Amino acid sequence: MPQIFHRSANALSRFSIIGAVVLLTLLSIALWEITVSPWYTYQDETQQQPVPFSHRHHAGELGIDCRYCHTSVEKSSFAGLPPTQTCMTCHSQIWTNSEMLEPVRTSYRTNESLSWTRINSLPDFVYFDHSIHVAKGIGCTTCHGPIAEMPLTYRAGTLYMSWCLDCHRQPEKYVRPKSEVFNPFYEPPSGEKQLELGRQLVKEYKIRSLQHCSTCHR
Amino acid sequence: MKKEKMSEDTTPRNSIDLAAARATLERDGGKRMWQSLDELCDTAQFRDFSHNEFPANAEKDDGINRRDVMKLMAASAAMAGLSACTKLPTEKIVPYVRPPEEIIPGRPLFYATSMPQAGVSLGLLVESNMGRPTKIEGNPEHPGSQGGTDSFAQGSILNLYDPDRLRNVVFEGGLSNWADFASTMDNARVNFGTKGTGLRVLTGTVTSPTLGSQLKKLQAQFPEAKWHQYEPSGGDGVREGTRLAFGKPMNPVYHFELADVIVSLDADFLSFGPGHTRYARDFSRRRDLAAGPDAKLNRLYVVEPMTTSTGSMADHRWPLRASEVEAFARQLAVAVGVSIPGGAPASTAVPADAVSAIGRDLSAHRGASIVIAGEHQPPFVHALAHAMNAALGNSGKTVVYTESIEVSPVNQMDSLRDLVNDLNAGKVEFLLILGVNPVYTAPVDLNFGSALQKAKTRVYSGLLSDETGVLCNWQAPASHYLESWSDGRAYDGTVSITQPLIAPLYENHSIHEVLSLLTVDTGKSSHDLVHDYWASQRAEKGAAFEALWQTSLHDGVMAGTALPAAAVTLRSDFVQQAPAAQAAAGGLEIVFRPDPTIFDGEYSNNGWLQETPKTVTRLTWDNAAMIGPATAQKLGLAMSDYVVLRLSGMEAKAGVFIVPGHVDDCVTVHLGYGRSRGGKIASGAGFDANLLRTSTAPWMASGLQIVKTGQTYALASVQHQYSIDFEGHPADFASQTAFRRDLVQIGTLDDFKKNPAFAQNEENQVDYHATSLYPPYKYDGYAWGMSIDLNRCIGCNACVVACTSENNVAVVGKDQVARGRAMHWVRVDTYFRGNLDAPEVYYQPLPCMQCENAPCEYVCPVGATTHSPEGLNDMTYNRCVGTRYCSNNCPYKVRRFNFYLYSDFNTPSLFGVRNPNVTVRSRGVMEKCTYCVQRINAAKIRSEVENNRTIADGEIVTACQQACPAEAIVFGNINDPNSRVSKLKAQTRNYGLLVDLNTRPRTTYLARVRNPNPEIRA
Repeated sequence: MPQIFHRSANALSRFSIIGAVVLLTLLSIALWEITVSPWYTYQDETQQQPVPFSHRHHAGELGIDCRYCHTSVEKSSFAGLPPTQTCMTCHSQIWTNSEMLEPVRTSYRTNESLSWTRINSLPDFVYFDHSIHVAKGIGCTTCHGPIAEMPLTYRAGTLYMSWCLDCHRQPEKYVRPKSEVFNPFYEPPSGEKQLELGRQLVKEYKIRSLQHCSTCHR
Repeated sequence: MKKEKMSEDTTPRNSIDLAAARATLERDGGKRMWQSLDELCDTAQFRDFSHNEFPANAEKDDGINRRDVMKLMAASAAMAGLSACTKLPTEKIVPYVRPPEEIIPGRPLFYATSMPQAGVSLGLLVESNMGRPTKIEGNPEHPGSQGGTDSFAQGSILNLYDPDRLRNVVFEGGLSNWADFASTMDNARVNFGTKGTGLRVLTGTVTSPTLGSQLKKLQAQFPEAKWHQYEPSGGDGVREGTRLAFGKPMNPVYHFELADVIVSLDADFLSFGPGHTRYARDFSRRRDLAAGPDAKLNRLYVVEPMTTSTGSMADHRWPLRASEVEAFARQLAVAVGVSIPGGAPASTAVPADAVSAIGRDLSAHRGASIVIAGEHQPPFVHALAHAMNAALGNSGKTVVYTESIEVSPVNQMDSLRDLVNDLNAGKVEFLLILGVNPVYTAPVDLNFGSALQKAKTRVYSGLLSDETGVLCNWQAPASHYLESWSDGRAYDGTVSITQPLIAPLYENHSIHEVLSLLTVDTGKSSHDLVHDYWASQRAEKGAAFEALWQTSLHDGVMAGTALPAAAVTLRSDFVQQAPAAQAAAGGLEIVFRPDPTIFDGEYSNNGWLQETPKTVTRLTWDNAAMIGPATAQKLGLAMSDYVVLRLSGMEAKAGVFIVPGHVDDCVTVHLGYGRSRGGKIASGAGFDANLLRTSTAPWMASGLQIVKTGQTYALASVQHQYSIDFEGHPADFASQTAFRRDLVQIGTLDDFKKNPAFAQNEENQVDYHATSLYPPYKYDGYAWGMSIDLNRCIGCNACVVACTSENNVAVVGKDQVARGRAMHWVRVDTYFRGNLDAPEVYYQPLPCMQCENAPCEYVCPVGATTHSPEGLNDMTYNRCVGTRYCSNNCPYKVRRFNFYLYSDFNTPSLFGVRNPNVTVRSRGVMEKCTYCVQRINAAKIRSEVENNRTIADGEIVTACQQACPAEAIVFGNINDPNSRVSKLKAQTRNYGLLVDLNTRPRTTYLARVRNPNPEIRA
């Protein structure tokens, strides 16, 4: 009985088996890369905004405190987005004719809110609370990145659960003295020194490593 | 020991057989606890629900066959794959232009306001999230609430967001606007000149002083104008009863906290009528056993036709036909020394020795007892109750009379009849209907619908374009109480201001504003009307008044406005006016009552309340012809038979529901159903019982005929669902705590005195800690726990609706409820004990037990349900893949699965009612009670932000606890031995459910202790 398959079929089958494995691996890597890519996570991406607001200018160069605009960050889950009125406290006096600020003035005049595109947004099933993080010595820049150096604001982290858990598992790596929470230029001590400071602060601020589900999900 | 496996040995029955049920009870010695007739008859349906977490019938009969399922699955798999390719959308974020005062985004605010319940104010605190009211709580400062609420108040917020609300002014069926409406009203005002001939206004019961003053102004301006009142749920009995007894309508205020002995003459005072929320609290405080064996319990005797919430709390209850209550009242009156010329009839269904025993008990507690007559009993029964209270020295002590809280306490049935007569005589030019729906609610003999159309101009203001609205020329959308300024009086006369939580959602205006268009106040806002009225009434002027006004708004009550006690003298001649004592008419009797969940139809279009299982019957989405088991046997009627109810020429079709404890030869029907224009939710639910009511006999009538149609009508009762399986356990029917797994522990006060630890049975004394293979959890900080006092729970369902509101629990509809898929996180299990005709009734609210060794946690393959460091069984919706293993493994059956997309993701108006702190669950996700973990987290965050202080006891209250009018539910930290919950759990009555499974539940119960009169043999 003659062979059904030619000898070359052996090579073909080996090639397809190896090929399939390689292909699957590549596909998995590709999928993974997509899910962590800025295209998918919006990390490091700026968004179209009604006014090209610069945190670098306001928080960095002018040194306006974060809480001047984000008033409820110490009291509420939500840090607060400044109402048009807050912009106008200064901009009714300076840059009053700036073309760039026309949407702000229009908003103030017409009582129509400015509509910003949200940079840091979490899924609806996640309940994050600013006030407790601030109260426990987690600085703004820990999550929001070098905000005082951002001409246009972008998302500094992936905001994935693993990203949250990095800190929740080892808060000592990220915690800073309460006095430095709102300092956008704070430089944490390097390496071992941060861990040493961190462990001390974790104890002092009674920080617990909360990892159970209902901490954030409910 | 032989383990009884009764349900395996025999084939199940297909339907309920009452004779078999009686035989089962006979066999079990009459001490057995049972939940439903299905259970007693061991029907196939009961077995399904009892043995399977997901009954077989829930898996089929969806109108889909296997092939369709395969197609849909293939399609959805493909879609799911595609959906993974999409990116998360970006969101917009919109700040204020000018920030309002007080609002901190992300933090709720609470405002005091009040809601009208059949005209009477109930004080509330309403939670507002970013300007939208989301949750109703009771106002602790308000005398009618003291922090408690009822299911109506809890559900009322959904009426605000009802998508079916009337949104625009409608003229002759076409779209109009407020300006045109206002100018029509202006013209009418001018044209009526100085007399107002032909002007009529129809309202419900009015306790609002502002509305009263407006109506008086109207009458002063137009002397020939008339104001009529008709509140469908009654009150005439109380008004006419006091008129008969004292010569004028008075307002009786009961002090249940002072009463040792209470006799209810068909009065469901815990569920209905002015002050019922407060009465529930006062009553349950007298069922407290914290003092141990020395505690002084009150004793409640109830006679009533239908098993009600109040009847279930009774220490002695006799089913009595509504028409026979008068005879019983006469007997009791004679027994306590009230002389009645006609004397008392020789016998009623209540044994003579029991009557004299009650009489002795009352006489032994002079000045500390109450006799209360039901709202729907005739005036003479009320007068007898007042006479008994006077004879027992209760007047001025436990029963205080004040002037009427109403602006004009008229006989409302007469008032409505006058209006109909005038309409028919063509005397009515212009009829203004404010917030009532008489075309639906009026008794059928008045034929209100056709009479109405004889008025030339008909103007209607209401929430919905309902049966009345559609027959009117003008329909003006009315404001919900959460959108308008108003005021009202509580049951004791205390004035509460209603302040709005939100600007009107549509083109709606309050009834104050609509009415003002006809008066000199035209164009005034409802705020100005209410504010200016009180400014003119109070002695404080100027700044002093403004301060008082602000305080009143803040507190929710105007201090010191409760009406003072008035001296009353019993008219000596009232007994002469008594109707001749007559032998009870033969044949069937029909009794009409407001519905326990949708009231008189006010909440017909409210999905939360439609789906709330009604007290005792646990029926949802329908009313029914409710009859007693003996009558069912006599007439050969079975559960769900579709019958015609015929009463002197009137008829209606209804499904039959057999209610244990319902009196014989009597049918009870609930009002509020069978709406023809009640909105989408209301349509198709139940039948219209008003079609059988006449204005002369609006609450009970005799001569009813029941004719079988041969058809059946599907009724969705959850009574036989979620029953806890007892298979494999030895039966011990003879014991006092008789249910086989001792779910409901009961005893009498004597038992309790003899053995305070009677609830600690053999099984829950075993120390199971050592038997676990798993190391115990350690709780360093808080450990949350709950205690539920069965002695206090009145089965009112306020907790169920509160939980629905707080936790965004979805409404599933009648069909899904029938399949056992209702989503409630807490249910009120109802148990009966004793024979079918007059059983004892027990309630057991059942939320998640938050087990220490939780069976659900071990079986979840994806870690979606896990143990928190504070002892909660966390449920993570975004992790859940819907295997339902957890639910299958839960012995308490408290987990609920979203078989479909039950939550409404599409109707914009419903977004407003959602709690922003709880995920809205999607299809394919398991959900359950979490002890309101959002409230726990909020309190923990607050306490840690505030210098890491400890959370105070009572700082966290769960939604069910907060709503409970009877204070039956207490939540707290069981690691703190001084917390309230720890102290309750330390009581000897404390026990857990199914502890033999070693689940070690965090939710435990306090056993029910009854206080029967030793002189009366049960």
